[in-house]
Amino acid sequence: MSSIDPQKLQVVLVTDCGSTTTKALLFERMADGWHQTCRGEAPTTVEEPVADVTVGALNAVTEIEELSGRRILDPTALVQGLVPFLPRSADGRNGLDLYLSTSSAGGGLQMLVMGVVRQMTTESAERAALGAGAIVLDAISADDGREDHERVERIRHLRPDIVLLCGGIDSGSRSHVIEMAEMLLAASPRPRFGDTLRLPVIYAGNSEAAAEVQEILGGMAQISVVENVRPVLERENLGPAREAIHEFFLKHVMSHSPGYSRLLSWTPLPVMPTPAAVGDMVRTYAISQNLQVLCVDIGGATSDVFSVFRNQAGEPVFNRTVSANLGMSYSIANVLVEAGVDAIARWLPCRIETTDLRDRLRNKMIRPTSIPQSMEDLWLEQAVCREALRLSLQHHRSLAVGLSGVQRQRGIADIFAQGKSRYELVDMMKLDVVIGSGGVLSHAPERIQAMLMMLEGFGLCGLTQITVDSIFMLPHLGVFSALHPAAAAEIFGRDCLINLGWSLVPVFPAGIPAGTPLAEVLIDDRPKFTIKKGEVSRAEFEPDQKVKLKLVPLHKAVDLGAGAGEASERTLDMGQCGLLMDGRNRPIEFAGDSVSAQKQIYQRIGLI
Amino acid sequence: MKRALTPGLQKREDVLLRRHRALPVKGEILVEAGAEVSARDIVARAELPGDLSILRLPEKMGLDADEVLQGIKVKVGDRLLPGDLICERSGLFGLMKSRFLAPHAGEVEFISAKTGHLGLRAASRKVEVLAYLSGRVVEVEAGKSLVIEARAALVQGIFGVGGERSGTLKRLAVAADEIVQPQHIPTDAQGLVLFGGASPSLDALRQAAAAGAAGFICGSIDDRALSGFLGYDIGIAMTGDEDISMSIILTEGFGSMPMSERALELLAASEGKLTVINGATQVRAGAVRPEIIICKPLSAAASSSPSETDEAGVLTKGARVRIIRHPYFGMEAEVLDLPQEPERIETGAYTRILRAKLGDGRTVSVPRANVELV
Repeated sequence: MSSIDPQKLQVVLVTDCGSTTTKALLFERMADGWHQTCRGEAPTTVEEPVADVTVGALNAVTEIEELSGRRILDPTALVQGLVPFLPRSADGRNGLDLYLSTSSAGGGLQMLVMGVVRQMTTESAERAALGAGAIVLDAISADDGREDHERVERIRHLRPDIVLLCGGIDSGSRSHVIEMAEMLLAASPRPRFGDTLRLPVIYAGNSEAAAEVQEILGGMAQISVVENVRPVLERENLGPAREAIHEFFLKHVMSHSPGYSRLLSWTPLPVMPTPAAVGDMVRTYAISQNLQVLCVDIGGATSDVFSVFRNQAGEPVFNRTVSANLGMSYSIANVLVEAGVDAIARWLPCRIETTDLRDRLRNKMIRPTSIPQSMEDLWLEQAVCREALRLSLQHHRSLAVGLSGVQRQRGIADIFAQGKSRYELVDMMKLDVVIGSGGVLSHAPERIQAMLMMLEGFGLCGLTQITVDSIFMLPHLGVFSALHPAAAAEIFGRDCLINLGWSLVPVFPAGIPAGTPLAEVLIDDRPKFTIKKGEVSRAEFEPDQKVKLKLVPLHKAVDLGAGAGEASERTLDMGQCGLLMDGRNRPIEFAGDSVSAQKQIYQRIGLI
Repeated sequence: MKRALTPGLQKREDVLLRRHRALPVKGEILVEAGAEVSARDIVARAELPGDLSILRLPEKMGLDADEVLQGIKVKVGDRLLPGDLICERSGLFGLMKSRFLAPHAGEVEFISAKTGHLGLRAASRKVEVLAYLSGRVVEVEAGKSLVIEARAALVQGIFGVGGERSGTLKRLAVAADEIVQPQHIPTDAQGLVLFGGASPSLDALRQAAAAGAAGFICGSIDDRALSGFLGYDIGIAMTGDEDISMSIILTEGFGSMPMSERALELLAASEGKLTVINGATQVRAGAVRPEIIICKPLSAAASSSPSETDEAGVLTKGARVRIIRHPYFGMEAEVLDLPQEPERIETGAYTRILRAKLGDGRTVSVPRANVELV
């Protein structure tokens, strides 16, 4: 990495080897700065009969060659097993300067986390693993309500890539974390890859118990001891564990996956787990712009939620969660199971019989690559998306919590009061920007549909900017930002993030009659729109028009984001779809005929 | 130029199949390479370790770890019966004895010098692997797995539940587009793999299972009938481990659709023969589809049968396809045209489509992603 001068880069190729598709993007520096110029994709090839990830990557790059006319691949080098890319030619028309990649193929990075107290060390371990881009197969803790034999049985049946073992604060009790180590030894789970490989275990618990843990597990695992994720109750220290996870991921997981050793030899930078790259990009963006951000990547099988919210001390805190079985194709029927038919049907602007609705979703589950052809089918998938967003945010909020007592000394009593003093970091009224990613949002036939899905699914409140990742570029930019943050930020703003517009949702007490005016929106100081209870409307502007808005609550209990009864003024870029004004309280109440109500909303905002 | 590859479920009359048969833990392979086996033969065996109980002796006996270790009466490797003494410690002046007895039979696996905990492993369980195919053993990995090759007729389903079963194929006396009701189920279906009808009612499924059927193959199923039979809703298409006595395989999907003519024809031709089925389905990551296999006798001509991977799924003009999405869901059609450029469909999305002629004569445009080769 030190040998690469980011300032000399002109052409960079980045692939993301996803579980089903490998996406290749070309980034080029032009006279006016960095751009994303071309995209190619091909099926990922990590399974028989091909079982070599580089084949899919090369196919995606070949598509870029065909579309851009740029020669990138060097057939001779390819045959000889060398780095297969041509260096950038003198005229800049062929070749490239750098190749980077992320990967979530083969099920991504799968981890087991173990701690002592569920709401303390185990949660910190979980956050460390999730932040490193892992899927957490299970979180085992001494107080998780299971019997020992159930835990042992569970651990034995999992085949994790890596185990993260935590527990205890430094200088605290050693016995509990040693018990967890013994339990791991008793279960002796086999790693997912490589029958001869010893299980990779990262120990990030009480530093004074490290030697004993090593002694217990030394025979069955390869152990890396890093700093405690929770050295004291009041502080988390996730960085060292995260770095160790990435190191093990490269050394033990990637190197055992088909074709990855070859792929690793093509790039001077480590191949990052896809979600870790996305998280890095979201975090960099939020912190550099001083924004509180919520980002969702809703895929076929899982939904990843990333957020950066400020804690009580005003520091930005990054969190990531994965809702492993909430997705739009493979897991679509699980959204049905978790949310229920009625919860999905309430978002539909047309009537679909319950049996038909269930069968349609089951058929999507078994034929996940099919796409909606009729409006009914499209609306149904978009209704499912709202529920997947709602459930995945609910899951995220439960883990994105502030560590209590940051500013104060804690006594033993505080340990037991931990549950009560936890606080949610996610505050929807303070959310500045929501970023939607994944086919159902990024490729919605009408952008306003994506906007409405996020407004309703997340239950946005106050004033929030709504954006989408144009072509799922976040992983590519995340790995590029590790080397050239300025270029990544430039492409992020120019080509990745599409500003759909803004939502304005007054928050008000229950009991206000339907139709009551709640707030007024003034444009250039002239009254323009009135938001009424229960109604949704849309203000359209020229694309990307900058507008001076004054938001005035018409009741002292109505909060538009600036505080109850407080007016505010903002000049905003209204994006592609303008301003959505939603007079429904949160959570949205569905009284009576939901189909008629939704149909009316679709009509008012121009969707029908 | 790239070819338009389209998925299609295999329905083959004569195909050379190979199936990998693996033990979950190291064990014994009972046959040698070259041996001929029948589907129901046991070909591998292993012992699965029993459950491990961690006995927290200090906690249970109210002692320190050191005190427990001083009073321990067993050693690693000892086999214990329920009630055997594990630890005994005298209390004040030797008057108060604290004892801990084995809660179940098992072998002492560890005694922790740090915590005083003891690991007691229950007796192991035997696990046996059947041949599944009637054919020849072509590969053996000692102690781990083997590969069996056979000639067979193969019908892949789209979704199934329940694991491997075998039985005699039996066609139900029901029309292809009819709902299967309890009265269609034979009174004694012991060891039978039943097939036929568009979809079964929940009562028919229960009746078939109660009558001893090993399998049930049909075109489709109502989502609620399946949930009713299983006792829960399936959220993810990853099946095969369901605790049911009868495996179910759907050839078309959810709803009420008859089995495709080709599948019905192949199954009907094998009625009365021994059939192996596996409902295991995994839609994601290395898709596994349920399968119905009717093995043929091994012969010298075996090697001339095409391999199951030989069939290419190329979408061309004139190809027969099944549409897998509303509003033409379940209909078969003939491909008339494959325009190169993406076209706008009803939803407003732009995608590559094909034009096809439906059975009723209508010509329709359908996204290419929404068809399967028949």
